[in-house]
Order: sequence, then structure tokens, then C-alpha cells
Amino acid sequence: MKFPVPHDIKAKTIPGTEGWERMYPYQYQFVTDDPQRNQYEKDTFWFYDGLHYPEPLYPFDTIWDEAWYLALSQFNNRIFQVPPVRGVDHRIINGYVYISPVPVKDPAEIGARVPNFMERAGFYYKNWDELEAKWKVKMEATIAELEALEIPRLPDIEDLSVVTDGVGESKGYHLLKNYDDLINLGIKCWQYHFEFLNLGYAAYVFFMDFTQKLFPSIPMQRVTQMISGIDVIMYRPDDELKELAKKAVALEVDGIVAGHREWDDVRAALDGHRHGAEWLAAFEKARYPWFNISSGTGWFHTDRSWNDNLNIPLDGIQTYIGKLRAGVAIDRPMEAVRAERERITAEYRALIENDEDRKQFDELLGCAKTVFPYVENHLFYVEHWFHSVFWNKMREVAAIMKEHGMIADIEDIWYLRRDEIKQALWDVVTAWATGVTPRGTATWPPEIEWRKGVMQKFRDWNPPPAIGVAPEVIQEPFTIVLWGVTNNSLSDWAAVQDIGDPDSITELKGFAASPGTVEGPARVCRSAEDIRDLQEGEILVAPTTSPSWAPAFAKIKACVTDVGGVMSHAAIVCREYGMPAVVGTGVSTRVIRTGMTLRVDGSSGVISIITA
Amino acid sequence: MGSIISEAALPWAALDSVAPKVCSFEDCGKDSVQLVGGKCASLGELINAGVRVPPGFALTTRGYAQFMREAGIQAEVAALLDGLDHEDMDKLEEASHAIREMIESRPLPIELEDLIAESYRKLSVRCYLPAVPVAVRSSATAEDLPGASFAGQQDTYLWIRGVDDVIHHVRRCISSLYTGRAIAYRMKMGFPHEQVAISVGIQKMANAYTAGVMFTVHPATGDRSVIVIDANFGFGESVVSGEVTPDNFVVNKITLDIIERTISTKEICHTVDLKTQKSIALPVPVERQNIQSITDDEIGELAWMAKKIEKHYGRPMDIEWAIDKNLPAGGNIFILQARPETIWSNRQKTTGAASSTSAMDYIVSSLLAGKRLS
Repeated sequence: MKFPVPHDIKAKTIPGTEGWERMYPYQYQFVTDDPQRNQYEKDTFWFYDGLHYPEPLYPFDTIWDEAWYLALSQFNNRIFQVPPVRGVDHRIINGYVYISPVPVKDPAEIGARVPNFMERAGFYYKNWDELEAKWKVKMEATIAELEALEIPRLPDIEDLSVVTDGVGESKGYHLLKNYDDLINLGIKCWQYHFEFLNLGYAAYVFFMDFTQKLFPSIPMQRVTQMISGIDVIMYRPDDELKELAKKAVALEVDGIVAGHREWDDVRAALDGHRHGAEWLAAFEKARYPWFNISSGTGWFHTDRSWNDNLNIPLDGIQTYIGKLRAGVAIDRPMEAVRAERERITAEYRALIENDEDRKQFDELLGCAKTVFPYVENHLFYVEHWFHSVFWNKMREVAAIMKEHGMIADIEDIWYLRRDEIKQALWDVVTAWATGVTPRGTATWPPEIEWRKGVMQKFRDWNPPPAIGVAPEVIQEPFTIVLWGVTNNSLSDWAAVQDIGDPDSITELKGFAASPGTVEGPARVCRSAEDIRDLQEGEILVAPTTSPSWAPAFAKIKACVTDVGGVMSHAAIVCREYGMPAVVGTGVSTRVIRTGMTLRVDGSSGVISIITA
Repeated sequence: MGSIISEAALPWAALDSVAPKVCSFEDCGKDSVQLVGGKCASLGELINAGVRVPPGFALTTRGYAQFMREAGIQAEVAALLDGLDHEDMDKLEEASHAIREMIESRPLPIELEDLIAESYRKLSVRCYLPAVPVAVRSSATAEDLPGASFAGQQDTYLWIRGVDDVIHHVRRCISSLYTGRAIAYRMKMGFPHEQVAISVGIQKMANAYTAGVMFTVHPATGDRSVIVIDANFGFGESVVSGEVTPDNFVVNKITLDIIERTISTKEICHTVDLKTQKSIALPVPVERQNIQSITDDEIGELAWMAKKIEKHYGRPMDIEWAIDKNLPAGGNIFILQARPETIWSNRQKTTGAASSTSAMDYIVSSLLAGKRLS
């Protein structure tokens, strides 16, 4: 496969964005002034990580990319020594992230790494449950630290206690220090994120791989079904909504809870009911931590949590109240899911033709089931809980910058790199201490305005799916998982990117994620806020879904997403509800409009637009 | 087991006093080869497996024996065959011709004629058709003997209607036991002619709207978790012969959902010309050529039947099927034939997994092998 040369792409700067490179760390740039690095970059295969980054990166949001650049690579290369691969290298072009696994080329070196990997990774696999329990303690302590972290405002005059207690430090110093702590907690959290993830992915992906060797036609959804029905906390937030719906009915406040679209109105109305306080207490209890669930993937500051917008969980509770009143069961059909898992596993297993393969299958399935809860649960701790709190702490930092005239709006802070913010905070605190105006008040606002324009131009640009020279094989587990989700459809995907007129498309392809075929009207929901508009029986079309979208699935009859594989949230939930899903279509929210009639075939992965 | 005869090992002659002379397919099974021959026995076995086959009945080997006895030709036949050299084809053909003419010109015993006529009438009533068109085919008892394949040496007559015609073709089937080649073969293998017996099956013709074949193992990959179905409009001939590129469906055996679907351009199909009682190829109208030739519900039911058949036989199977246009949906899908699949079944399949079966070893070796980019 031939792909464009990265430096040629980069050389064609989008007019008006000249100098965009300063929005990202310098080591992310493809270079021309360093022949050795330039040659390495040309000889390497880079592919656009569209799974994680459907949009160009805001300068601040690059923090998580840097965090996983470090964490994934170190665990692969320096901690576990995955034999044939080092880490995963990163670059950015026009705000889009390109990644590339770095192979170990010398067979002797690979051989030397094997025993290390066997010992180290073997230790983790063997002691998985125990280590995972330790992980949970570390992670919860990190989140507790984050929640307790104070972002102090700068007072005109420090509190008297600073003097009487002999503190010897100012709020200015605390602001600088706590900003550092905030960032460091984030980086630490991502260290933990990857402690198990690659090993988990490896166990998972090679179980899939083995099963596909046994049964070349087995749909991925059937492989994943063999690992379904395992309790994971990612479903807990939705379960909380169901409990609150039941409680509302039991306490006879369901009329009030379902009676207003705005949370504030519900809350006010509950004050007048004799059981209102009891229900509100249950609601508040559920919020921490379970409403720290992001309405997106959690990777971006734009992903807000249920706690940030209580109308979202309210809408979910209302949906469930409606179901309860109609006499419909709302609990997840876990028993049925498990029974089907057991049936499917047993039938496939019975078709395996020799004992050795059957034993291998059992071993790998057991391993995949062991790692599965982590592969799911880390998302709640890191991407949802930690991130939701983190973004709001950053907004507190932004409020101080705004107060001191460095930025015009709180949401402007995301246009700055985290080291630029650190610089700006120095500017703020020294000027505050000194009693002068920060220099940045004149420089940052126009720079931010310019960056907003650049970001807009980046959004209009289509990143090529891959650049550089493709290797024959990829050996890095994380990339295999990513690639697994993009590879099959890479050429289709590239073709669709080229289509200028979305109206000319009548058929879309994605991953067959949950079987069955239905027809119905489309409802395009770009964010969790939009799911309030969903009507019973519509087909949900979304960029991606997360557990915070769960209540939507009680209303719809099929789901289509832009991003995600057969293990994505939409895929798993649809399989449980027994409704068709096609995921990872790349472009469905760009092509499909609300009101179109669609036919969704979740067995073959095809979406047909029947009437526009 | 629906068979009247339970001791399969008995030679046909010993069945005389207890076995029926005509029996319905429902009463046949894998143990009744000696009585009704391989073909009819396997149709009965399919019914035992719980799938629908076009209904019919068999003139049993006991009926055959009665015919040969009462026709009074046994001595003459023996004389004609006496002293023949199995390599002298001219002489063999001459004897064959004389014997076959003899058999085809003798009337059936009245008792057999009545039995066949009555069974045929009942079959017509059951199919809601006056004088139901049937296939009359020989069903040899030696068919499944290893190394002694008589398959294809006996005759099949399609689209036969009316009692007289049925009886006429029953006799022609019986006489096919005495083709030159069959005689030569028996002589070479040392089977006494008088111990060979034949049964004749009379089966409703499936008047196929759509037909085809299916495999309970993927023919290309050997994947046992799928059922692969080929279908075209009309009779299955166009699919079996490779005359058209059929519609192709890959169905998940475990969940019975369609996982791959290829609709081809189907330019011709086979149907019956009732005047000549022959199957003829017709062009498929342009507007239907690219239409799916079978509904998704029918695919589901076929796959369900295939799964049942495989389970019954305990091995991958190769199956012919048809959907009858004369019968209402829900009762119109028929299995015509099921044979053990041979290609993949004879291949010892391993995944190439390493000799070790620990998860860790597999993960390491897979990492080392990497994932090929395509």
C-alpha cells in the first residue's frame, strides 16, 4: 500500500494557519531540518488515530495524548518489554494525531526480550485480580487527591492566618503549585491507565484472533458475546437512574420528577412533596461518583458530565419512569445475556475439531474473561470520573486567568498549551504580587482569537487515514486493536473521505455490531443533550455513545455510530437489548439527517438510506 | 426409528414374510437399506431427523422379489447370464437388452399394482394435486457398499404423472439393475445376480420456485460455524451444474443470522415443461435477475434444517433443497438429498497453534508473528 509522504502533506499549509506548529509540543512535528529524523519519519508508517481523535486537538487537550504517548510506550518497552515492539511514536499534522508503533528490528534483541516479557507480563496475568485490586486503591486515592485539590483565587490581601499561623507561603505560590499538582495528578492517572491496558488488550485481541483462526467467518460480535454478561461498573450510572426511577414511583414523586424538562424546576417542585427530600437525598447520593460520567469519551474538555448538566440524567430517569408506568421491565436482562453467552460459547466450542485447540480456546477465553473487567472499568475511573473532575478544576484555573484579564472567556483556556498556561500563571502571580498588569493580558487574547480561526480551518481539512510506508505486519497490541477497528474498512473509509457531496451517498458501511434488520426514521444526536429529542422507535445516529447515553437505548430500535468497534458501548448495549447496531461508519452523522428513513442491517453492517 | 424392519443386517430374502411390499418414506430409515435401498432409506432418515422431504413411497425389495418371481422370468434371466464373460461387452449388452425388454414387458402382479396405485392416489390427495407429478427412481441396496458403488447406474425418471405411467417407469427402474455395466460389475466383484435387489422410490416432484444446495461447513475455508447456501430461481439443476452464479448466503450456524449476502445476476433458471415432462432452461426476466431468489425467512428455515441434519448425522453435510411453489409458506421448504461432506471432513484440521496450549505462550507467539496488514 502506498501512502503520501508526511512532509509533503505538512508542506501544504492551509492558508491562514501558518505558524500553527506552536500550538503543539515541538516533538510532535514532522521535520525537514534534521536529516536523520526526517529519514526515519519518511520510512515509517503513520496512521491517523481517528478512533480517539475525530476532531483536531485543542492545544490543552493534547495533555492526554502526551500522557498516553509516555505511559503506553514505557509499559511496552521499559516495563514489560513486549518482544517485537518498543513504544508508539506520535506526530500531529493540522491538529490531527498520527501514531506509529516502533518495531524492534534485530531478531537477537527480540529474542533477548522474550524471557523478560514472559516473566513480567506473566506475573501480571497470573496475579491479575490481586494487582487489579491494588490498582483500584491507587486510583481512588489519586481521584480523592484531585477532588481535594484547591485552586485558590488571589486575594487583595492574604488572610491574617497566614501571619498568625506563620504559614510563610502566599496564594500566588499555591496557585502555581496546585496547577502543577493538577497536571501531575492527570499524568499519574494515565500512568495507571496503562498499567493493565496493553496486557488486557493483548489477551483480548489474541483470543479473538485464535477464535477467528478456528472459525474464519465468525462475526466479531459473537466473539465478544462470549465475554458478555460480566459485571462491570461502566453500567452502574445507568443502573442508578433506573433505581431512582423506581424510587420515584415508590415514593409517589414520579409525577413531579417526570413533570418538568429542567432539573431546577423538578428540584423546586420536590420541595413541596412530603417524600421530596427523601428522593432528593437518594439523587444526591447517586451523583457521587456515578454522575461523573462523561457524555462523550471523556478525552476532551467539550465532553461534559451528568453532574455538569443534570438535565441529562433527569431525562434518563423520566424515560425509565415512563417504561415503569407502561409496565415494561427496565432492568438489564443479565440472566438472558449470560444464558445466551453460555449457549453460544458451548456451541462454538463443540465445533472445535481437536482437543488441543479446544484447550487453547479454553485458556484464552479464561484469560480474556479475567482481563475484561479492567478493560471496561478503567474507563469509568480515568476517562469519566477523573477527567470530569479534572476539566472542572481546569475551569477554576481559567476563571482566575479570566479574572486577571489573560483570557476573555473561561472556555478560551483550551487554546493554550499546558506549559503556556503555567507561564501565563507566572505572569499573573508575579503581576499580582507586584501590583502591576500581567504582560499576557495584551498578548494572549489576540493569539487565542487567531488560534480559534486556525482550529476552524483544521476542522474543514480531511486528514489522510495513513501516511508514510506501510510495514507488512504490526506487532504492537494497542495498535492491533486500533488497527483492527480501522483496517477492514480502511479503503472504504478513505473513499468516503473523498466524497464531496454527502447527499449523493445512499449506503454506508460499518462494523456489524449487533444482528438484525430494522427500518425506521433517523434521529441524529451529536451530543448527550440531544437525546432528549429522541422519540420512541427512532434509529439513533451518533458520533459515538457512552454509558451516559444508556437511557436512549430504551427508546430506540437501532443504533448507528461514526466511531467505535464491536466492543464499543453502542455495540454492547444493542446486543443486550437485541437491537441492530452498525458502528464505526466514519461518516454517518455527516451523511444522515434527522427524519431520513433508514434500513439498518446489523448482521452485515450496511445502512441504506431509503428516503431522504 | 420408524422402520418396520429393525434387523438391518438381514439379507433381503429373509425379510419376505414380515416386510411390506410398498411403504411410505416415513416408515424408512437408515436401517432399512436392505428393504428400500440407499436412496429411500436416506430420505426416511431425513424425515427421522425432523426435516421435511417431498413425500413419497417405495416399492420395496420384497415387492421387487415378488415381481421377479411372479413374472416367471428368473430361469430365463439366469440362462441368459450363464457363461458370460464380464469383459465381453457386446455379449453383455445383448443379454442386458433381452433381459430389460423382458422385465419391462411383464405386468406387475395385481397386488403390487393395487398397492402402488393406492399409494399414488393418497400421495396426490396429500399434495392437493390431481395425478401429482413424481420422480420415479431406483434405490439400490448395494449403493453404499464400499468399493461397489452402483450409484448412477440406475435410472431416474422425472415429472411422471398418472398410475399407468408410474408403473411403467417402476418397471424401467427395475430393469436398470440389468444394464450391461451393472451385470459386468457384479460378475467382476463376484456378487451373485440373484442376490441383488432393488427398490424403487416414487416421490413428489418438488415444483421448485427456488432451489439450490447448502453446506454445513464453509466450502472455501472449512469453517464449521457457518452454513453456506447457494440459491437460484427454479430447480436446483442450474446451481448444481454451475450454469449460473447463484445467490450466496453465509449463515451463522449458532445464531442462524445471515452474516454475508451476495446477490448475483441470475440469467437462467430451470422449470418444467409439463407437456414433454422435461426440465427446460428459461431466461430469467431482466427485472428479476438481480432480485434475491429466496426470502430471509426461508434462509433462516433452511439453515435451521441444515443444522438439524448435521446434528442428526453427526458430521458436516452437503444438502440439496427446494422451495415448492404449489404449497403454502410454512410447509413448502423441502430437503431433497443430504450427503456427508467429504472434502473438509477428510482433512485433519489444526489451527497451527503451537504445541503448548497456555494462554501466555499463545500471546507471545502471536505478538512475535504480528498482524499482517491488508
